[in-house]
Amino acid sequence: MKDVDIYDQPLKVTGAVSMVELHNSPCYTLPPTDRRALAAVIECVEEIPCNPCETACPTGAITIGKDITTIPVVDLAKCTGCSLCVAACPGMAIYLKKYEFVENEAYIAFPFEYLPLPKDGDTVRLVDRLGNYVCDGTVLRVVQAKRNDRTTVMHVSYPNEYYERVVSMERLSKA
Amino acid sequence: MHKCEVLVIGAGPAGLSAALEAARGGAKVLLVDENSKPGGQLFKQIHKFFGSHEHRAGVRGIDIGTQLLKEAEELHIEVWLDAEAVGIFNQTEVWIIRDKQTSVTVKADRVIIASGAIENSVNFPGWTLPGVMGAGAAQTMINLHRVLPGTKVLMIGSGNVGVIVSYQLLQAGADVIGVVEAAPQLGGYGVHTAKVRRAKVPFYTRHTVKKAWGKDRVEGATIVQLDDKWRPISGTEFDVDVDTICIAAGLTPLVELAFAAGCEPIYTPLLGGMVPWHDESMKTSIPSIYLAGDISGVEEASTAMEEGRMAGLSAAHSLGYISDSDYHTHFEEAQRRLDVLRAGMFGQKRRDAKAAIIGHQRG
Repeated sequence: MKDVDIYDQPLKVTGAVSMVELHNSPCYTLPPTDRRALAAVIECVEEIPCNPCETACPTGAITIGKDITTIPVVDLAKCTGCSLCVAACPGMAIYLKKYEFVENEAYIAFPFEYLPLPKDGDTVRLVDRLGNYVCDGTVLRVVQAKRNDRTTVMHVSYPNEYYERVVSMERLSKA
Repeated sequence: MHKCEVLVIGAGPAGLSAALEAARGGAKVLLVDENSKPGGQLFKQIHKFFGSHEHRAGVRGIDIGTQLLKEAEELHIEVWLDAEAVGIFNQTEVWIIRDKQTSVTVKADRVIIASGAIENSVNFPGWTLPGVMGAGAAQTMINLHRVLPGTKVLMIGSGNVGVIVSYQLLQAGADVIGVVEAAPQLGGYGVHTAKVRRAKVPFYTRHTVKKAWGKDRVEGATIVQLDDKWRPISGTEFDVDVDTICIAAGLTPLVELAFAAGCEPIYTPLLGGMVPWHDESMKTSIPSIYLAGDISGVEEASTAMEEGRMAGLSAAHSLGYISDSDYHTHFEEAQRRLDVLRAGMFGQKRRDAKAAIIGHQRG
């Protein structure tokens, strides 16, 4: 399969959710480009029995409800960008984004469970949902809070022309 | 002859939960496991569990295991490790080999079998080479023994075990060269495949391993595409440079003890094949023998813990330890939590398969 068309293939073939699937799912609420606050973005398009994101949210911004297989929905008006859900999600399917952190630079905070870790200020290689390199990013903060139970939350800035495409970073080599 | 009221065979998530409930009810419990350490698969499950707060969701399997062992200690449950249950006679007498040398018979009023399941294999030329192993075996090596089986891994099977172990192999420092899946669609949760895919691991649906080769161990494998009748398509073969091949092709319940004891079987293909029939209280066709966990149909640790609680409660209640009202309250709570886990696009089929076992009219 050529990389040019693989982006249109569905989750159940590539392993990664496609943009069409994401935009058709109620879970996906990317903060609009005019919004100035960091907010949670969820990529959880299947009905699985799971709700730690809802339980973790201190402001009630994430709703699943009594039937825990319901797809989570974020209320951007209530989300404060605290990042508790980012580490709480067992599926590692939540990150925070904001379009303009500083001029032309977007902001992402994503869960990361590989070692070694980068240091604040390091340049890292950011990737899309298929793991392909998109652009370099600058590490703002590497958060290892006790309440996050060994899930590191990486805060990174990157060119906002890649706002929607970036979801994570490449593993660092041990060397 | 050693005596106890409730003997639990297998100290994994199901057996531990069963032992805890029976002991809380007041029964004298003996918990045996053939391994040197209790906990079953929990201690290699380094990922955070799904479910909700009442299922300990968001907590890593290893930490759930530690918590259950602490509770077992607080309840003074007697635990025998390196103790293999090798036979059940007269419905209540269990023959156990301790430390591979001492033969002991335990007479138990109730026996709860929580023996788990064993990994299925996939056969292809070269499958006996060192380096070809079950995905669960690789997971044991990396997460329990801290040994990396190889650095270039091919995973066969895209169910949750295949994708979770792929992710954990990446965490352990290996490269996963690809995940092959014979079906046209990937099997595991999308959130699990997504985190493997964003580490740039390719998934090959409608593909299988044609052969593996190597002198003293695996040095490479040939992958081939399958047509819609699951036949290899000639000319689509390509080689991959790998030193490890992991097989995640499902699990089969470890039913030997139950069947040797005379428990009636029932066939449930979705849950792993032949299992001992059981009713909603987890009791088999032999009134003194109960089941919990994968032996009663392969699911996951979260469901195994709830079934374990139900089996432990039922066994203790049948011995007169728990009042009817307490029993019904606690049992229905566990049943409700179980139903929650067996909902949705992945769970409903398992719920139907379980209902078919329980609803089956025995001849």
